[in-house]
Amino acid sequence: MALPACLLVFTFLILPFFMAFGLSLTNQRLVSPNPTEFVGLDNFKKMLGVSFLIIEPEMDEAGHIKLDNEGNPIYPRVRNFTRNQEDFPQFYKKREWFQLGLQDGKVLVVLSQDVVFLKALANTMLFALVVCPVQAGLALFLALLINQPLRGINIFRTIYFAPVVISMVVVSMLWRFIYDGQNGLLNTLMQMFSFGLFEPIDWLGNTSTALPAIMAMSVWQGVGFHMVIWLSGLQTIPLSHYEVARIEGATRWQTFRYVTWPSLRNTAILVMVIITMQAFTLYPQIQVMTRGGPLDSTQSLVFQAVIRGYEKQDISGGSAISVILFLLVLSISLFQRYLTREKN
Amino acid sequence: MGQVILKSVQKKFGDLEVIPNLSLIIPKGSFTVLVGPSGCGKSTILRLIAGLEDATGGEIIIDDIDVTHLEPSKRKIAMVFQSYALYPHMTVAENIGFGLTLAKVSKKDIQKRVSEVAKILQLEKLLQRKPKQLSGGQRQRVAIGRAITRNPKVFLFDEPLSNLDASLRGQMRVELTELHAQIKATMVYVTHDQVEAMTMADQIVVLNQGVIEQVGTPMDLYDFPDSLFVARFIGSPKMNIMEGEIAEKYFCQKLGVRPEHMEISKEEGLLNGSIRHIEKLGADTLVYSEIKGYDTITARVVGNLEMKIGDTIHLRFDKKHVHRFSNGNRLNTQF
Repeated sequence: MALPACLLVFTFLILPFFMAFGLSLTNQRLVSPNPTEFVGLDNFKKMLGVSFLIIEPEMDEAGHIKLDNEGNPIYPRVRNFTRNQEDFPQFYKKREWFQLGLQDGKVLVVLSQDVVFLKALANTMLFALVVCPVQAGLALFLALLINQPLRGINIFRTIYFAPVVISMVVVSMLWRFIYDGQNGLLNTLMQMFSFGLFEPIDWLGNTSTALPAIMAMSVWQGVGFHMVIWLSGLQTIPLSHYEVARIEGATRWQTFRYVTWPSLRNTAILVMVIITMQAFTLYPQIQVMTRGGPLDSTQSLVFQAVIRGYEKQDISGGSAISVILFLLVLSISLFQRYLTREKN
Repeated sequence: MGQVILKSVQKKFGDLEVIPNLSLIIPKGSFTVLVGPSGCGKSTILRLIAGLEDATGGEIIIDDIDVTHLEPSKRKIAMVFQSYALYPHMTVAENIGFGLTLAKVSKKDIQKRVSEVAKILQLEKLLQRKPKQLSGGQRQRVAIGRAITRNPKVFLFDEPLSNLDASLRGQMRVELTELHAQIKATMVYVTHDQVEAMTMADQIVVLNQGVIEQVGTPMDLYDFPDSLFVARFIGSPKMNIMEGEIAEKYFCQKLGVRPEHMEISKEEGLLNGSIRHIEKLGADTLVYSEIKGYDTITARVVGNLEMKIGDTIHLRFDKKHVHRFSNGNRLNTQF
């Protein structure tokens, strides 16, 4: 009886899962005249390998630091170390990811062969780090608000839940208009409320605002779903638990701290695991709104996996990203399980 | 300490009138049991005293202070719930000391008070356990412990024993009565079980559809029920109620005789029929007989009975043990 189901699960879930592992260890391309070769962990080394280079300001003969026209110290160019320099084979083919200023004017340059991947990794982590607490917290706040026996409360529940029913692609397209640099709703509103003092911002075209803009939209879209999960958790708390708190003289905050929050433990674990997994699979927003830009400031792991696998026909590279994503989410979930384990 | 007065208290839920107009005095230090069938409003009255429900009208006075519009925590009451309402994430000690924790009492003082209370209720060895590691009776004791901790003037119990099995219920009845003697606070106890009411109360309030049928000591209610409702509700097995020819003889509409006042007679009399069912309880025997012209009549006979189902039976009773009712109320006139 279960055979067709097993067959489907095997073909479309288990088989691709192990194939991704296998392909990530090869140089497989989507279409290629050359035979596939086993390359071991090369894909991972290319993506995750970073080198550190410390550069010092250039000195003149007298031992003074050379300054440019604006009075800033002059540093040697990074390409002097990375382009075909036999003295520095470890930097071969690598590019600058970011710089950190150290003491005495020294600068630490972090180099990598695959800067785009590392940016995608960093953006995805940052996205998860911001979206998880904000979305979970906001959802809990909304759930507490609508968990009241008020007239017409179902209207609010529906309003908050509405964005969840709309596809992320549609939401992203709508929000592209909201975030528009010239006549976007957000800019228009901001100008209206600041009486024209606000300078319009191209929210998605600016490296410093693009990722936060996508974060805000993602929180808005998913908050209703998690609100419903919190709400179901809230409704399992017996009324008598609140009544005891009232009789014993608990303030609203004490009621939340001693009664509501501890009773939501299991719900909290569920919500955090779900949001984390969703946050790490950030894709449709990027695909529709920015395609990773501007200047790779909104690259994400899944977006890169798709770009590499299909647009660049680099199946092994895409698979390797998927494997890294899998291990990352797995280890974070296990860590969350450990943090929230039942203590005796 | 802890006199409770209800002055024409009313409670409506929307259009539904649960308590039409109720006045009651609960003397200080008493163990008052509110008893009645389910839906009679007894739990609502308790929740009104606690402040968990707002009265639609009337006044509630505890120790000369009008508490009608006070928050529950300001009324100096404590409540024990049917479901115990213990916090599963807290240990026994934390549950008992919950009220003190909220009042930001120092940890040392909380610990001291908790161990005092634990001693009264014999919970000393269980203080570090979680509620799910306790038996039903132990949980009940923790819930009572939480109520005792803040030295309330009035204890409110909402069917606290109905989740326990029969033998444990009997034991907890004794423990609660002893606790009342020990701490001497006013206790208001809601139950639908007339046995609990009879065994524990020094004042019973019988309620029917939000209206007080009778207030009195257990034996008052048993010996002199004011109404047919009280007569039927108090006592187990129920009082026999007879209508028709036999009632007319006693100049009333309905005539009540308790089973223990029915005697088996050798000669034919007013009540003749056959035995339908016999229950042997050891100390005494209950005989349910099909009597011609009446419903089933129950008789309680001391000791064993050498009769069997289907046998012919004649019953009689002494006229000094009859209860006479007309229009649902007791007739106290002589006949």
